[in-house]
Amino acid sequence: MHIVVPIKEVPDLVEELEVNAAGTDLDREYLKYKINEWDEQALEEALCLKDEAGATVTAIAADTGDVDTYLFTALAKGADRAIKVTGNFARGGDNHTTAAALAGVIGGLGADLVLGGVQAPDDLDGQLPVLLAAQLGLPCVSVVSGVTLNGGTATVRQEYSGGLMAEIDVTLPAVVGVQAARQAPRYAAVSKVRQLMKTVTLEEVAAGSDGQGSGLRIRRLYRPEAAGHAEMIEGSAEEQAKRLFEILAERKLVRR
Amino acid sequence: MGATVLVVGEQLDGVLSDTTYELAALARQLADGGSVIVAGGGPGFESGAGTIAADTVCVLDGAQMADYLPEAYAAAISALAADRGAELVLAATSAVGLDTAAAVAASLGAPLVSYVVGATREGGALVTTSQLYGGKLLAESEVDGGRVVLTVVPGSTSGEAGRGSAGAVENVAAAAAPGRMSFRRMIRPEAGGVDITKEEILVSVGRGIESQENIEMVEELATAIGGTVSASRPIIDSGWLPKVRQVGKSGVTVKPKLYLAVGISGAPEHLQGMKDAELIIAINTDANAPIFDVADYGICGDLFDVVPALTECATANA
Ligand SMILES: Cc1cc2nc3c(=O)[nH]c(=O)nc-3n(C[C@H](O)[C@H](O)[C@H](O)COP(=O)(O)OP(=O)(O)OC[C@H]3O[C@@H](n4cnc5c(N)ncnc54)[C@H](O)[C@@H]3O)c2cc1C
Ligand SMILES: Nc1ncnc2c1ncn2[C@@H]1O[C@H](COP(=O)(O)O)[C@@H](O)[C@H]1O
Repeated sequence: MHIVVPIKEVPDLVEELEVNAAGTDLDREYLKYKINEWDEQALEEALCLKDEAGATVTAIAADTGDVDTYLFTALAKGADRAIKVTGNFARGGDNHTTAAALAGVIGGLGADLVLGGVQAPDDLDGQLPVLLAAQLGLPCVSVVSGVTLNGGTATVRQEYSGGLMAEIDVTLPAVVGVQAARQAPRYAAVSKVRQLMKTVTLEEVAAGSDGQGSGLRIRRLYRPEAAGHAEMIEGSAEEQAKRLFEILAERKLVRR
Repeated sequence: MGATVLVVGEQLDGVLSDTTYELAALARQLADGGSVIVAGGGPGFESGAGTIAADTVCVLDGAQMADYLPEAYAAAISALAADRGAELVLAATSAVGLDTAAAVAASLGAPLVSYVVGATREGGALVTTSQLYGGKLLAESEVDGGRVVLTVVPGSTSGEAGRGSAGAVENVAAAAAPGRMSFRRMIRPEAGGVDITKEEILVSVGRGIESQENIEMVEELATAIGGTVSASRPIIDSGWLPKVRQVGKSGVTVKPKLYLAVGISGAPEHLQGMKDAELIIAINTDANAPIFDVADYGICGDLFDVVPALTECATANA
């Protein structure tokens, strides 16, 4: 069983996001990046499947900037292989280009299952798993929480609202967009990541082609002008709490 | 000159989804005098087909249409889109929409635009607005002519104009799919426990709380003001609170008298489940958190300071 997990770096949303001078992209100079949180879920599910019944887990990322850390972290968590796909990639590049490049490499890996994060916060032109599936000509199920393997079949749980789920059998090879792993993602010991960085060389594969791009042109990236932004309560924490309590009390929203 | 717009309709558990009406309404605007076709399958879609305001509603017929199967749905919609010469295909940002949209886009060789909250025509070009970075920024993009597929965020347009009666309801044989998927069963959430949709005061906790132990602080506040604790998805995924407490797209939709959001950023998937609460108050360290755009009152501050202070106030004034 060979499980491939594509990993993408995304801006850390907790940080201030500034728009560049042209107004068409983020100002990426001082931007902090992190691994897409849903890719972390996908990796966790892959590692759980490996723990359960044995599998080769390969993490793969397009070289958009500083992806080495994520790949070494995947190895430290228990992935068997880590592949960096090199080529003409930029941070904030489109997913069609990334999917084409990754599909070119994944197609040659003999993957049984591709587990990707269901979405990323910057997916303007579609989500990676569904684009990959289209490129690879494989069946795909998105928004999955829970995967089990049975020989040549994966049984996946596709999640809808209110905890309602469908259980679907998919013939392998297949692509799955993971919403949540069966357990919270494990941590990698920082010491182990550091040690791997010193002793292991990441596999590097050059992307086959530049892809065709997304067919979209961003004209403007901007902060939403909120129709009704919250009235902000100022002061010290105690003052804020006191004012907030008054607001609740005035509206009889404090029940005891 | 109008365009043919195809809407990917959907149902859940025998009920036609609200998003289908929303997309039908948006399709009418974008058709520019052209025709609106809504297509879908499953018992809920079939029974609701006549209530969709579209020129044509196509009920997809076939053995693989009774229960939703991504591959079968995508194959049927792709074939229909090609057959009817759809220039624009609209799907929802949902499990069904995500599965279907990319497959249809690939089959049509069309660009795909995600997280769409608005779309208009400017001459020959389609101009879309997408909600990126967890709702923190909007991206206006332009797609040149040809065919385009959009996935639209639920609730971003009104479904009012999409409700009415269908011009015609047609049964269409679903195109065959490769047959690499089969449906096993639906799994229903366990009944019992708290029903947060019935609570009037919700104190909702998000990832800002940092650890399971800290949730106690929020429980104390809820007790002090007579409310119930609910949460954002990551809290549930971490196993810190049970699934029945989850508010949002994949949780439940709540409309309490008070929704107090503590350490919740206000991602689109969360807002989908609580933006119609009567009074929304948010506590967050990030002044740019999208939750403040839907809140009535906001406190830009550290929950670890504000929450205990508020609990103290409530306790002292009891
Ligand atoms: C298909 C799908 C369905 C989904 N369904 C749901 C759903 O039903 N419900 C849901 O909630 N999410 C859902 N999500 C996830 C959603 O996209 C977000 O990831 C999630 O809502 C984020 O939760 P959060 O706000 O708690 O965490 P974050 O986005 O990480 O936000 C934490 C916030 O806490 C603030 N903070 C940090 N420290 C403090 C402090 N000391 N004091 C005050 N504030 C602090 C930060 O500024 C930040 O704004 C879904 C995602 C997908 C892909
Ligand atoms: N790299 C990390 N980042 C965040 N939390 C961590 C990290 N490593 C460990 N933890 C948390 O700290 C706890 C103790 O971890 P340990 O370092 O293994 O003793 C774990 O249960 C994790 O929840």
